[in-house]
Amino acid sequence: MADYPLTAAAIKNEIKRAGIHFVVALPDRVTSQYLLKGMLSDADFRVVQVCKEDEGVSVCSGLYAAGKRSILMMQYTGLLDSINSIRGIGVEGKFPVCMFVGLLGKEPDVAPTQSKKYGVKIIEPILDVMGIEHHLIERDGDTPKIVPAIDKAYNDSFPVAVLIGKEPR
Amino acid sequence: MMKRDEMLKAFARQRKDEIVVAVYMAAQEITHISPDELNYTFTGAMGQGSSHALGLALGRPDRRVIVFDGDGSLLMNLGSLVTIANQAPKNLVHCVCENGTYETNGAVPIPRAGRIRFTDLAKTAGYRKTYEFADVAQWERELPNILKDDGPIFVDLKVEPGEAYPENFPRLYSIEHREKFRRALQNS
Repeated sequence: MADYPLTAAAIKNEIKRAGIHFVVALPDRVTSQYLLKGMLSDADFRVVQVCKEDEGVSVCSGLYAAGKRSILMMQYTGLLDSINSIRGIGVEGKFPVCMFVGLLGKEPDVAPTQSKKYGVKIIEPILDVMGIEHHLIERDGDTPKIVPAIDKAYNDSFPVAVLIGKEPR
Repeated sequence: MMKRDEMLKAFARQRKDEIVVAVYMAAQEITHISPDELNYTFTGAMGQGSSHALGLALGRPDRRVIVFDGDGSLLMNLGSLVTIANQAPKNLVHCVCENGTYETNGAVPIPRAGRIRFTDLAKTAGYRKTYEFADVAQWERELPNILKDDGPIFVDLKVEPGEAYPENFPRLYSIEHREKFRRALQNS
């Protein structure tokens, strides 16, 4: 099994290139150690720590209304927990909420829909039903998907999900 | 106890260029009592008014943001008190219309109606200042300071329904009005 690296630096660079300053976040075991902690000490980012994921959907929406770009970082469990806000605010309200979602427990080189982990397996089908585009990031070669995904969300005024398939180092 | 529409009319008399975020009954009423392109009613899901307001306050630190939240709504998003206090936006005033019920959803009482001290929750979370008002004249007297002082400020407004205003839910969540809001804010 090939071991392709996924680095926090590559993800951070692409997020910066997308014009993101505000990072709204909850701890996610996939991204906390190397990505989120790195952002907390990076002056290019302002990290807004929220207590619940649905709050984060709304903070990102308020920032959009104020003319600012942002991303929401969370674990897939948080996405599941905030489905109603994503539905009401993101999809029906057409707010460009850009979600970076850690797929905790996804097996290496296994498609999320083929995961043995039930919670991981259902994420892409749920996003599909909601009409939300999603992009899987598992190696540095995938990170060029980030800027166009965020740009499209803002151009279309609609949510997008960037799924982080393994822990970036 | 204040009539909610009288409380909002007192605010409208003092309003200058503030962004107003309002939810449920306060949102329905503010569009009649203080019509303005900077009224933000697009909160989309219950409990989310204070979090939208935080995003606006962080995104536009040059503008004062007033949120008229509900007590049932705040109970659904209590963590937002801690989130807001942690970010400490100086330009945010968080008002809660405490009527003791889920008024829009059939007027069922909230848990521990009348026995929660919302200002204590806000103080413990870390808001800079808190106020309670049950009298319109007193609210209007203090408003100039509340609209000027550094936040985050928390205000518990003891209210009951006043005059009935026409409800228009499609207007509250209208994307067209949201885009008008964005343009008005961008140009202001």
